[in-house]
Amino acid sequence: MSTTSLHVHPYEKRWIIFSIVLLIVFTAAVAIAAFALGIQVPSPEQRVDPRTVAVDPNSPWSNPGLREIAPGRYEAYILAQTWQFQPREIRVPVGSRVTFYVTSKDVQHTFKIQDTNINVQVVPGQVSKLTVTFKKPGTYPFICSEYCGVGHAGMFGQIIVTP
Amino acid sequence: MTAQTYSLSPKEKSFVSWHLLVAMVALALGTLFGPLQAFEHAGLNLYPFLQPLIKSYYQGLTLHGVLNALVWTTFFITGFLTFNVIYGLKRPLRYPTLNQVGFWLMIVGLVMAAIPILLNKASVLYTFYPPMKAHWAYYVGLTLVVVGSWVEGYGFYFTYAAWRKENPGERTPFIAFASVLTMVLWQIATLGVAVEMLTMLIPWSLGLIETVDPQLARTYFWFTGHPLVYFWLLPAYISWYAMLPKQVGGKMFSDSLARLAFWLFLLLSVPLGFHHQYVDPGVPAGWKFVHAVLTFSVFFPSLLTAFTVIASLEYGARKNGGTGLFRWVLALPWRDPSVAAQLLAGLLFFFGGIGGLANAAYNVNLELHNTTFVPGHFHLTVATGVTLTFMGVSYWLVPYLTGKKLWKPDLARWQAWLWFIGMIIFSNAMHVLGILGAPRRTPLGDAPYVPAEWNSRLLQVGIGGGILFISAILYFAVMIGTAFSKVKVEKEVEVPVAEALQPVSQTPAWLDRWAPWVYAALALIVIAYGPQLYEQIRNISLTSPGFRVW
Repeated sequence: MSTTSLHVHPYEKRWIIFSIVLLIVFTAAVAIAAFALGIQVPSPEQRVDPRTVAVDPNSPWSNPGLREIAPGRYEAYILAQTWQFQPREIRVPVGSRVTFYVTSKDVQHTFKIQDTNINVQVVPGQVSKLTVTFKKPGTYPFICSEYCGVGHAGMFGQIIVTP
Repeated sequence: MTAQTYSLSPKEKSFVSWHLLVAMVALALGTLFGPLQAFEHAGLNLYPFLQPLIKSYYQGLTLHGVLNALVWTTFFITGFLTFNVIYGLKRPLRYPTLNQVGFWLMIVGLVMAAIPILLNKASVLYTFYPPMKAHWAYYVGLTLVVVGSWVEGYGFYFTYAAWRKENPGERTPFIAFASVLTMVLWQIATLGVAVEMLTMLIPWSLGLIETVDPQLARTYFWFTGHPLVYFWLLPAYISWYAMLPKQVGGKMFSDSLARLAFWLFLLLSVPLGFHHQYVDPGVPAGWKFVHAVLTFSVFFPSLLTAFTVIASLEYGARKNGGTGLFRWVLALPWRDPSVAAQLLAGLLFFFGGIGGLANAAYNVNLELHNTTFVPGHFHLTVATGVTLTFMGVSYWLVPYLTGKKLWKPDLARWQAWLWFIGMIIFSNAMHVLGILGAPRRTPLGDAPYVPAEWNSRLLQVGIGGGILFISAILYFAVMIGTAFSKVKVEKEVEVPVAEALQPVSQTPAWLDRWAPWVYAALALIVIAYGPQLYEQIRNISLTSPGFRVW
């Protein structure tokens, strides 16, 4: 009963070292992608009141849509609600850098633009912010990928990136 | 080593059997809806034919998720853990009435939650994200199921304490140790959802408060949501570590490392819930990264498990004449349906683990969040690694409990292989569709934005779902056949509990001491969750009224 040391088989020792190295490599890869390449996930932006966010004249989401803030740079205010996004269509020239500000006036949604890194949970009371540069012309559908009620499957829109 | 002669009393057997019965009825009903979803994806929507019984795809999906992921698991697990505590400690429950009260609370909760779901008043899925608002009975019912399982857990603790008094200085037998630990993990983990229910959802659904904070609710939910998967998984690990080796004629490769793995799960499985909230707007990226690193660290005990379990299997296979670097696998008793089911479950679980790493990889999650990759992943883990293992366990446990011979073991073996094949087809297609951008929880046959290139994969989802359905039917046929069989077992089924290669007395004492590990686990939770919980509660914005959107 006096034993306090852990008996570990030599093969298992090697496996443990391999496992730890593997996990360090994975963590490092994610850290490099996040901090060196700047592929980041959203952080708190601002709070809004979902009961008034779509109607308060001071709220940008009372008039959702695209604003050009500098040449080639845009802000897109998107209002998610059951079961549509407003606006449903956005047009920008290729090479545009667009920052999306998305909020919901009712239940939770997800705002996901296909073939981009934009995929963000839309939580009433919060503003989801992510930025993307559209490098290729084409049509990019954006869809709701959080269950938001019986009409969920029809909730989508598109971004048209013109040449 | 002494022979395993301990036996459960008829009353104890019946108590465990009731858990399994409720679990299997839930699985049978929940599994009915799986193929309906899969067929819908493939273009064959059968939901209109279920009117007016089942109103929508989402009511079916809620039934599928709640019955399979919450009810089947929780009831099977509390039953299996009860068996392990009694059989492992070789003593009866200290206060059997307490455990019975817990079980009945779970039943009352289950019925309460089931009624609003069946009446389409709670089609909010098993994640019930507010401000979607279900009928209050749904929230109260689910809470009672959890509270009931806690009460059963208290019964385990009293029993374990009594055993400790009777056996001072002895190492806790592994299956009992691991089962009590699983319950401790569950009781810590469910604090999150308990707070969500008691401070927000229940008073809100009863009309006592008008509004809730959906972001804070998500944080509470995922405090519970990830360790929940370890609550599902650890009972399967108990079987893989301690029972499967015996079933293949081997021994447990290392009792010490098995215990170490379980302690690490207790330590690490709670403080990492933000990896389910990587794309949430209300959680700072820095904390998400901290949880990403912690998520990778909880992969370590699973890697330990992979080594120890495979080494135990190899030891058994070589004793049976297996040779070669990999050829020994063929010397495993594949004809035993319980063994086949668990080996196939473990194999697919390995791929589930790899997909889990992708989900957990912080910014990679921007590609995968809420896509079909996620259900593709957890159908390899909870729906195969766990569920197919539990099915395998039931192939010896049900004969043990009922005293009836397993009905048609050949069918049982077919069941395991069909689950394996169906799941490969289904899950592979779901993973690929997810990478292509297909949203989860969506009737894709109905969605206007689905490109033609998804169609072949959507068809595979339907085919895989169909094969899984056949497998499920075989499972229930074997279970019902066994229960109503007239063929009794000649002598009581031997409970497969493997000896360790090294005698258990050589397991270091620090691997059998609870306080330091439990305190360390709680401390880590305070560090990883404390600051953000404080921040989110301090800035609570109760601005969301409820919506019924189905």
